[in-house]
Amino acid sequence: MNAIEYSDLGAPIRGPRALTDDRSRFWHLTYNIARNEFKLRFFGSALGYVWQLMRPLLLFGVLLFVFSHVAHVSNAPYYSVALLAGIVLFTFFGEATGGAVRSVVDRENLVRKIHFPRLVIPLSIVLLASFNLALNLIVVLIFALAEGVRPMMSWLEAPLILGMLIVYCAGLAMLLSALFVHFRDIQPIWEVVCQVLFYASGILIPVELLRARLSDTAFHLLMLNPLATIVEQFRHAMIDHSALSAGQALGGWWQLVEPIGIVVAIFAIGFWVFNRSAPLIAENL
Amino acid sequence: MADALKSPVPAIVVDAVSKTFRVPEEQTHTLKERALHPWRHTSHEQFAALKDVSFAVEEGEFFGIVGRNGSGKSTLLKCLAGIYGVDEGRIWCNGRMSTFIELGVGFNPDLAALDNVVMNGIMLGLSPSEARARYERIIEFAELEEFQDLKLKNYSSGMHVRLAFSVAIQVDADILLIDEVLAVGDAAFQQKCFDVFNRMRDEGRTIVFVTHDMGAVKRFCHRALLLERGEAIALGEPGDVGDRYLAMNFDRDGTAARAAGGEWEGNRGARIVQAWFEDGAGDQWGVYLQGYQVRFRARVAFDEAIDDPALRVTFENDAGQPVFVASTAVEHERSGSFVPGEEAVFSVEFENRLAPGRYYPIASLVRRGGGLDLIDRSTREIAFLVQGSTAQGGIVDLPYASSVERAAVGPRSRIEVS
Repeated sequence: MNAIEYSDLGAPIRGPRALTDDRSRFWHLTYNIARNEFKLRFFGSALGYVWQLMRPLLLFGVLLFVFSHVAHVSNAPYYSVALLAGIVLFTFFGEATGGAVRSVVDRENLVRKIHFPRLVIPLSIVLLASFNLALNLIVVLIFALAEGVRPMMSWLEAPLILGMLIVYCAGLAMLLSALFVHFRDIQPIWEVVCQVLFYASGILIPVELLRARLSDTAFHLLMLNPLATIVEQFRHAMIDHSALSAGQALGGWWQLVEPIGIVVAIFAIGFWVFNRSAPLIAENL
Repeated sequence: MADALKSPVPAIVVDAVSKTFRVPEEQTHTLKERALHPWRHTSHEQFAALKDVSFAVEEGEFFGIVGRNGSGKSTLLKCLAGIYGVDEGRIWCNGRMSTFIELGVGFNPDLAALDNVVMNGIMLGLSPSEARARYERIIEFAELEEFQDLKLKNYSSGMHVRLAFSVAIQVDADILLIDEVLAVGDAAFQQKCFDVFNRMRDEGRTIVFVTHDMGAVKRFCHRALLLERGEAIALGEPGDVGDRYLAMNFDRDGTAARAAGGEWEGNRGARIVQAWFEDGAGDQWGVYLQGYQVRFRARVAFDEAIDDPALRVTFENDAGQPVFVASTAVEHERSGSFVPGEEAVFSVEFENRLAPGRYYPIASLVRRGGGLDLIDRSTREIAFLVQGSTAQGGIVDLPYASSVERAAVGPRSRIEVS
């Protein structure tokens, strides 16, 4: 054989990574995995999407009954609409992050058998949850209009608010799925964290009530939780302008830097951790 | 002008690649354990799966990688495919590559054929529209026209494999990495697969093929690489590599010599006390390669004085048919006189042209004057195993030559030349 001119060969191949240069394949993979899963849920059983919607609606029904008819938690206008919207947003958060935890390990057969950008896996889970979110938001919209909420200019904020939520979930999805490869108790831990976050995000109890009951520091800490910021801003911009905006709740719009900073940091850390563990995932499973 | 002399860039270059797996002795799988024992140093066992492997695959070459289980061949393939990163060394691949480590990667049992074809196609490097455009052809090749609306979980395993293979061959990659996926499906489909492999080879695609099946390697590959314990120990002609592989595959202390003192028929003055096989060099194996010299030897102990005994050995196959008979009486009719207490070793050496399979040598010790006066006879005590890789299906594999010529050219005659 002739001697090989190494200079003719170009760059050597690199092992498995979180991202590859082929962007369109990345998107096609992510989209099709999410789409297939969605299709399965939608057409998988006789009532398909109804079941998908049942969970948040049932939770909503129970909570609404308990908190507005039995306990009279709040007299805030549109409490029921805000509650439903909060539950839908939180359902998305739970599906995207909770579903991502096991995702890489559960798709072992893919990871060990073929070369593809590993980041596809957690992101396809977030995308799948986004499909559900979009459908659930339609239900929220119908309910809101029925309850007397009227379209406002501030609805234009929706992409920003939802975008922030999706970025936050994507960051957590990357972080959790990568950590789960090494630490299998991430799953129960995350379930507990999710439950805590549900109560700490101003979904059940309106933010103004929390502000009245908690000390300023405790309340500020609570609002630092990006989920609380997102839920509150969603309520303010989409449902009820008289409700506190996230900025007001934090004590000034510039304070929004804090939760936004947390979201960006989580995304960056999530990507960094995932990217670092991506080359070894196939071996560590 | 140096460019003109330069060889084309190889399709794959593997330069001094090593791969070590770290196998933790105590797996800490939870955060809790980490938190409770933060300073416990988890010791790792190093397992070197590949050691300094180098080779190059030329463009258009059909390249075989063979080795025993755990020799590192699948690890090597996964490194080539980019599923594992390498610890040392570098790998270059020139061209679009597709990997078939498992057929039907990404198949979902709850979806119908179309969705699965698209998903699998994207996994293998097609765009969704390309995959959809090829769907008809894929279904046709897989012979699944009537079943395409069924969910995959309702397919038989054969149908499943057919669909997966059909997608795989529709992928137009320059380099194909294939891991023992050939041995799938029924005979008719297998023939189709082989046709496809022949076609791909003729189209000049580069194919790297990992397998145990030396027959396939010899039939398809231009060159082969033999791996053993992570090291490349042979590289070259598939025939040579294949023989090395087969020889390596069987222990040197074969079973053939263990038949000492078995149940022998009759006792009329001499006994066959031991019988065994050895190769031309006198080494004993459990399995013998086709095409090489083999010696059958029997040690005989004489209890009475016997003149000119002969050993006759009949090789019966599994069905009990006598396939081959040899006798020392042909060349050594006058073998001499033996006295009580004496021992002798009778040998029959032949070129092993038996088809791969199991044979039973029935040894008979006879007095001179035909095989009727039997002194002792062994039963089907020992088996003789033959391995070969060119078998086409006969009882014996005689050496033969073959050729294919175009009729239009015709035989070249002297008259034309002069």
